[in-house]
Amino acid sequence: MPSARSAWGSAELIDSDSKWDRLGGEGGRQRSARPASLARLTSARYVLNLMVHHSDARLDRSFGALSDATRRGVLERLGRGDASISDLATKFEMTLTGMKKHVAFLEEAGLVRTEKVGRVRTCKLGPRRLEDETAWIERYRQLWDARFDALDELVETLSKEEETHGHASKRR
Amino acid sequence: MDTRAREGDPTPMKNLTTVERKSDRELVVTRAFNGPARVVFEAWTKPELLMRWWAPKSMGVSFLSCEADVRVGGTYCFVFGHDGKTIEFFGKYLEVTPHSRLVWTNDEAGDGGSVTTVTFEEKGGKTLLVMHELYPSKEALDAAGTGVADGMGVTFGQLDELLVTLGASAGRS
Repeated sequence: MPSARSAWGSAELIDSDSKWDRLGGEGGRQRSARPASLARLTSARYVLNLMVHHSDARLDRSFGALSDATRRGVLERLGRGDASISDLATKFEMTLTGMKKHVAFLEEAGLVRTEKVGRVRTCKLGPRRLEDETAWIERYRQLWDARFDALDELVETLSKEEETHGHASKRR
Repeated sequence: MDTRAREGDPTPMKNLTTVERKSDRELVVTRAFNGPARVVFEAWTKPELLMRWWAPKSMGVSFLSCEADVRVGGTYCFVFGHDGKTIEFFGKYLEVTPHSRLVWTNDEAGDGGSVTTVTFEEKGGKTLLVMHELYPSKEALDAAGTGVADGMGVTFGQLDELLVTLGASAGRS
């Protein structure tokens, strides 16, 4: 995937940068005082570091937004079509104020956008797709999660059979 | 579609699956199982048991045949059907330590294939499973990431679809 290195595998770069921070103040700001090649190097690192932190912050917001069952439900609902805040409040059996807070959270994370037409605020899925890498890691996780749910079931079945028939019994 | 009804589902004991990209070349998956390591290990090493869980219905593929000669140097071949096509996964076992460790190669991807290490650790009647996949290069891992969707018939390419799934599991997390 050509996307920037994100939260994973970047600890080393952050460490390098903090070393530079100690030596020469904040990342790029004082780089002109360093030899040119060093400046190029640290500036590249600085930018990369910023990108890492930036994407971390975005991910934190997304994960925060997705950590709540109601908010996931709202996204699921909006995936099927736009809805007003009062529609959502009714569907999820909560107050208008409560739903507004959830929607604001999702909006902050870029997962939902809202539009006020007349007196009705309509919510729709936001412009932001999950980041490529996160999306495929999540896809991969879902794949194994589905598999492991099936394995868990099998293990429990086999364990119960053992308890019933004793360890020596033959399994099919 | 009623989200509330699903949220009421009594599934409080679901074990969590975690995935971490340890480095450019490594992925680590962890999961606990409610049973002894011996049983979990058997489920990974007996073809008739493998077929009962490796391709759950939700994956949208059918498990057509499973051969696994689980001993050092032995080979395996899993054949799946999807959309009228068959997909084969095959490789060789490098290490087999009963009830605690399995290592195998994934040769269907040619040179880009990973080496998978699975360890089983029993604690208080539960088994902690750690699956470690080591790819020959970052590019190979990234390519495999793309292939997760294509090869296995699970296409959550769009956020909308992903969210439906997240929504479906909302009550369980």
